[in-house]
Amino acid sequence: MSLFLLFVSAVLVNNFVLARFLGICPFFGVSKKVETAIGMGLAVTFVMAVAGIITWIIQYAVLDRLGVGYLQTIVFILVIAALVQFVEMVIEKVSPDLYQSLGIFLPLITTNCAILGAAIINIQSGFSFVQMLVFTIGSALGFTLALVLFSGIRERIELSDIPFYFRGLPVAFITAGILALAFMGFSGLVK
Amino acid sequence: MKISVLTDGIFKNNPVMKQVLGLCPTLAVTTSAINGIAMGLATMGVLMGSNVVVSLVKNIIPPKVRIPAFIVIIASFVTVIDLMMNAYLHDLHKLLGLFIPLIVVNCIVLGRAESFASKNNVFYSLLDGIGSGIGFTLTLFVLGSVREIMGNGTLFGIHLFGPHYSPSILMILPPGAFMVLGFLMAINNFVEERKRIKAGDQL
Repeated sequence: MSLFLLFVSAVLVNNFVLARFLGICPFFGVSKKVETAIGMGLAVTFVMAVAGIITWIIQYAVLDRLGVGYLQTIVFILVIAALVQFVEMVIEKVSPDLYQSLGIFLPLITTNCAILGAAIINIQSGFSFVQMLVFTIGSALGFTLALVLFSGIRERIELSDIPFYFRGLPVAFITAGILALAFMGFSGLVK
Repeated sequence: MKISVLTDGIFKNNPVMKQVLGLCPTLAVTTSAINGIAMGLATMGVLMGSNVVVSLVKNIIPPKVRIPAFIVIIASFVTVIDLMMNAYLHDLHKLLGLFIPLIVVNCIVLGRAESFASKNNVFYSLLDGIGSGIGFTLTLFVLGSVREIMGNGTLFGIHLFGPHYSPSILMILPPGAFMVLGFLMAINNFVEERKRIKAGDQL
């Protein structure tokens, strides 16, 4: 039961983008079309899950055992960078269209703070392996959910009449604010 | 000596308002003015260090592996700042929490290393680091102040409006961060546009 609560909390209540402010760059960068948003969401989900597993194992099997916990940041970011490179090569082979539309934001998954953030939260909260898996996948799904919802709204905004100075990013930020407000409605769900 | 290297990062190429980089810490830690300044200064420390080192080793690193190399340099400085803040500014470190190690993935730092420090000499790179750092700190300070004044009725913990002011807590909560930044950007657009129109009149 508590695993289920952890999952709900990661997806909705403590949504990575709208409550924790992790992964804001791709949230605004690739949210212009729903299709790209879904592709990005899936790529991030995959990288986040694999990075979560590898960093968790490295932390407990290598860093803690050698007593070099302070190397955490450096080691984690290198693992993530290598993983992203790998995912990039796979996507380029499997789906060149998606590769084209994700563009610069694919290599930038490395500097997506959601991935490193999830890896560090896993360690800081002292999750067990199963808890870590549930939390990471929940967070990644929450990220994808927020991204897809937001891109749907943005497609509509493109067509509407926005005051001149608010066109582009300003209105996108205010929309994200309203979306975050909606997500706050979930906050009573898990105590 | 080009003073513009220093000032470009503050106004003309302000990292947050103009280049829209480093949004995660910008939105997350600006619940009060002092948090904004602390985060800005920590990032500035990393920026100066990484810019100087990247500029020093730019000729040794093969171009193909430069990005991983830059990331390792940045991560080292972040670790240093993280440990130092934990030792000397423990309360602040607890407050900023997760977002100190996350300076590693702040696009501003990698962006300046790639687009400036890897092409310029050490002194200019240091200036650029200071300039971008001040620009970032300034934006965080403004955003933090607005949110603190509206959401709590205080600035640096000092009450501004007397006991009858009822603050709008929304501004401290996550939605407020998005909305205030949206409005600040709109104001920025407005000022830019007015400047352009004025410049056009003089031509």
